[in-house]
Amino acid sequence: MIFFIGVFVLVPWLIEMSGRWDYYYTLTSVALLSIASAGVWLTFYIGRINIGQGAYALAGGYLSAVLVTQYEVSFWLTIPLAGLFCAVLSMLIGLPILRLKGVYFAMITLVLTEVAKLTALALPITNGAKGIVSIPLPGELSVFGMTIIPDFSTLENVKLAFYYLAVTLMVICFAGMYRLVNSRMGHLCRSLQQNEELASSIGVNITTLRITAYAISSFLGGVGGSIFVAISQSIYPTSFQVADSINFMLNVFVGGLGYVFGPMLGTVVIYFGWDLLFQTGKFQLLIYSSILILLMLTVPNGLLSLRLFKWNKEKK
Amino acid sequence: MSALLEVKSVTKKFGGLTANKDISFTVQEKEILSVIGPNGAGKSTLFKMISSFLRTTSGEVLFKGERISNLAPHIVARRGVVRTFQETTIFKSMTVRENVVIAHHLRSKTNLLGFYVGSRRAHTDETEFRRSADEILEFLNLSEISGELASTLPQGHLRALGIAIGLATDPKILLLDEPFAGMNHDETMRTVELVSGVRDRGVTVLLVEHDMPAVMKISDRIVVLNFGEKIAEGTPQQIQQNEQVIEAYLGSEDDSIGL
Repeated sequence: MIFFIGVFVLVPWLIEMSGRWDYYYTLTSVALLSIASAGVWLTFYIGRINIGQGAYALAGGYLSAVLVTQYEVSFWLTIPLAGLFCAVLSMLIGLPILRLKGVYFAMITLVLTEVAKLTALALPITNGAKGIVSIPLPGELSVFGMTIIPDFSTLENVKLAFYYLAVTLMVICFAGMYRLVNSRMGHLCRSLQQNEELASSIGVNITTLRITAYAISSFLGGVGGSIFVAISQSIYPTSFQVADSINFMLNVFVGGLGYVFGPMLGTVVIYFGWDLLFQTGKFQLLIYSSILILLMLTVPNGLLSLRLFKWNKEKK
Repeated sequence: MSALLEVKSVTKKFGGLTANKDISFTVQEKEILSVIGPNGAGKSTLFKMISSFLRTTSGEVLFKGERISNLAPHIVARRGVVRTFQETTIFKSMTVRENVVIAHHLRSKTNLLGFYVGSRRAHTDETEFRRSADEILEFLNLSEISGELASTLPQGHLRALGIAIGLATDPKILLLDEPFAGMNHDETMRTVELVSGVRDRGVTVLLVEHDMPAVMKISDRIVVLNFGEKIAEGTPQQIQQNEQVIEAYLGSEDDSIGL
């Protein structure tokens, strides 16, 4: 509840007060990145290291861009379409590669992002290296003649609108994830993560479960990518690169692999941490990576494990 | 009485090596049948083929007259043929109770979506699973440690937990992989009682084992393998007097087969 008030009321108010409008863009990015990271987190939860989320974000982004610019499909419709497209794509890709474990799976997913970039460069529909630019802002969303979301181009504060959109989706996404992890499917995912052989011996269809989890993961990547495109109103083959894929993974690591809200916290910390270190100029990368290494060494279970630890102590 | 499980001339070759050659035997309902043999006799290979963790080269395994070999392991488990593993194979970072609750997955009549939206049936399922898990833990004397993390358990408890996970799936036949390996005499005797108890619940037991005294004590019938072939089959008394079996176990070391 505090969280809801925080993101929907407090943050806009603070930004209003300080006049730092650019923070809307930052926070919107954080919200979207955390949605994609949540997907990566789910693949970790079934015991797979996923460094390929950038590929799905790119695919989702392009799908949305192409549909909006060339087929004049409503942007709102392209959000779920991008997600579904990525989910189907990931099922096809996942069927063979999810048999791999550990570092082998990680390597393949790493390559996926590069493949996605090269595909975008080669296909005529994605317009090669020039990308797709001047994508219109999201139009009106109405159901049975009732306007639910007004046309973004008529709004005077588009940044705020995008902020609300991203944060709302983030809340829905994490609520869904939380429910998933605490339902039977979450328990089964955990059993898969810990021992696939035993899981199959108690009758879990491990192939189906793995692919379902990977599809959900990619769905979230596609959704995140499609909204990004709407915000920047452009997409290039380099919009999501290997570095982004790795960042998605880092967000998850820093936040905590064992906690649903890990990716959210991780994204906030990494995104703002990187920006804060901007002051240090050429040492930025050095300090950033040193801190990350330190974090991995001291809190291998993520930042959220720290908080829980303290909380337990107080209870005793 | 018709056979519950039937192994029909099963053969397994790994390249040029024949691990199992033309093995046939049957398991009757509610009996305890042990497969024994010296190291490298092909016991584990046979075990994995029955539970479909390995494919057969030729021959087939029938359960209630239907073929179960060369299927996916989870499908075999759904039919009621469930295996246990040696001690290290459990869900380590779950508690003992969680291990057993999750193993009830097979009994669930609700699909995952039902659990996701929290339908009423999913709710009754969960309640039932927890009740049943507690009953199984009680039965295997694990109630006191049900809240412990599985990774912290001593070996004896791990073995019992493995059996508990197997029982939770409501099997018709439980395949035990060396349930007495690495145990001292007392632990072995306790586990022997557990396994007899499992049979008394109406579950047929097929076990693969090294420990001769335990096998002699517990089994209704014994199948002996040597160099991948079946050399004998019979009651413990028959096996103890079988010349070939004694020879297979180096002949001279009589006490190793409990004589």
